[in-house]
Amino acid sequence: MIHLDQVSKMYRTDRIETTALDNINLAVEKGEFVSIMGPSGCGKSTLLNLMGLLDEPSAGKVELDGISINGQGDRALARVRNERIGFIFQQFHLVSDLSVLDNVEIPLLYRKMSNKERRKAALAALDRVGLSSRTRHFPTQLSGGQQQRVAIARAIVGRPSILLADEPTGNLDSQMGDEIMDILEGLNAEGATVVMVTHDPRLAERTHRTVRLFDGRQVQ
Amino acid sequence: MIRNYLKVALKVLARRKFFTFISLFGISVTMLVLLVATAIFDHSLAPQAPETRSERTLGIYRLTMRGPENTQSSDPGYGFLDRYARPLAKLPGVEKVSLLSSAQPAVSYVGGKKIESQLRHTDGEFWQIMEFELLEGGPFTVEDERDARFVAVINETTRRRFFDGQPAAGRTIEVDGQRFRVVGVVRDVPMLRFSSSADVWVPISTSKSASYKEQWMGGFEGLILARDRADLPAIKAELQSLLREAEHHLPDPKRYKTLTAGADTLFEGLVHKVGLGDSDKLRPAAVKAVLFLLMLLFMLLPTLNLVNINLSRILDRASEIGVRKAFGASSRTLVGQFVVENLVLTLLGAMTGLLLAIPVLAALNASGVLAYARLGLNLRVFLYGLAMAIFFGVLSGVYPAWRMSKLHPVQALRGRSV
Repeated sequence: MIHLDQVSKMYRTDRIETTALDNINLAVEKGEFVSIMGPSGCGKSTLLNLMGLLDEPSAGKVELDGISINGQGDRALARVRNERIGFIFQQFHLVSDLSVLDNVEIPLLYRKMSNKERRKAALAALDRVGLSSRTRHFPTQLSGGQQQRVAIARAIVGRPSILLADEPTGNLDSQMGDEIMDILEGLNAEGATVVMVTHDPRLAERTHRTVRLFDGRQVQ
Repeated sequence: MIRNYLKVALKVLARRKFFTFISLFGISVTMLVLLVATAIFDHSLAPQAPETRSERTLGIYRLTMRGPENTQSSDPGYGFLDRYARPLAKLPGVEKVSLLSSAQPAVSYVGGKKIESQLRHTDGEFWQIMEFELLEGGPFTVEDERDARFVAVINETTRRRFFDGQPAAGRTIEVDGQRFRVVGVVRDVPMLRFSSSADVWVPISTSKSASYKEQWMGGFEGLILARDRADLPAIKAELQSLLREAEHHLPDPKRYKTLTAGADTLFEGLVHKVGLGDSDKLRPAAVKAVLFLLMLLFMLLPTLNLVNINLSRILDRASEIGVRKAFGASSRTLVGQFVVENLVLTLLGAMTGLLLAIPVLAALNASGVLAYARLGLNLRVFLYGLAMAIFFGVLSGVYPAWRMSKLHPVQALRGRSV
């Protein structure tokens, strides 16, 4: 489903070149739940961003469902992200000016569908994460765990086949973290491919396999 | 999608109230000034009573005679117009030709009180080209003018001054030492309408001296009413041909060799009247371009202010931009969103400017600075204002929107603007 072939990522400034990822070869198959672990700054988020087409590799190939995304234009990448990928961030990244329902609708704004269909899908996604009673609330009126559940609803509303979660429980206490993990497991059981960056070995144990990084290199 | 954009736009405006106030203030004042200027232009140029047919009317407002050492330029004289403009009436595309004087100040005394009026001499055809709003009686006729009958049409202000607002038709009025029988009373015409406005209109033939009949230069203008707008170019061309003939009969052939005049639209006439078109080289198209440029310059300051504020908001909105990109917004879609948001702000500002323009225009009308002006916000002025606001909104929104849309999604999600 996701194939990274000899992928490297370098960040260049005027004076120095930093290698964030070095020669990564990784395949994530359909229906897998993969965790990525490693110390801070080892390139976990960079790897997730490359898988999510938010960034381009400096070298190597990234393939999604057999299609190379290298050199694709802005509109083509935006379309792939919209249709196939759902993101869950550690900081939630909800738009504070919009209600819960409007936040969840965001991915559907970039698809051709009626307001009614969009609303219906957003309500269903919120129901899936157990937040159908909070649709008119604003993000600041919710707890951290609830905000992350809204973020998950936003990630799944467009029925993407891949969910990319960057430390989704990093800002939550262990109980809320477990709740979020339960939801992710449930979504994986329903067929979604999930890739999750985490620091927490307890959560990593609950995934099918773990990819470990160190200094930008894959160590396991 | 638009509803979502509007929600965000209004929330963003509410988030930073002070900046929003500064932006709205700048836009409203700019729009106010532009709307007042537009209302004055509209009042001067748009077809309205009595110049309801102005779109198919041409005027000969200016005449220039040139010689090797001398140039004379002024409004044309009756003698020239009678010989070279009146024959245009024979053209199939011409409905009427009228000769009329400029409005001149005239003094009257009523009950020992001095009254100053604007007096205009016209022929009978003038009343067939113009459509005055009659309050009493009717206009004077071609025969009245031919027979030099001392008849007059007055406006409602003159009726109030001379007759305390009582019916005036059939009564006598003394203007500039001459007595006229009032045959009609018309509604006041704004002085901005330079070809039709006056307080008192009387036949040309009642002029105190007949010397005007021979004069080529000064004091008159000619109006040509075409049957259709499509006839205007042919009329203009025919006038040029008549001018070439007139050059053989110049009143002072030793000093002057060539003759320049044009059959102009109302806008072109206004350009000549305000002295912007004295030189043949300065064409009305250039004046339009200059006016547009002035409008742009006037908009520049609030535009730059808005651009600056929008750019400073990029950092505020980095996370939202990152999220939207992550969930499928292309750069182009984001440009659209931010331009729409900016349009909401400018339209709010324009609406405020529009509301402020109502009392300002009413005050201008009441002040008498522009005599008989009835400046107002009609649909045309409103649409001009709307067009200006949209133009302004797009102008000030595109660059910041482009900058925002170019944010790298990863950087944006980290809350960085570069």
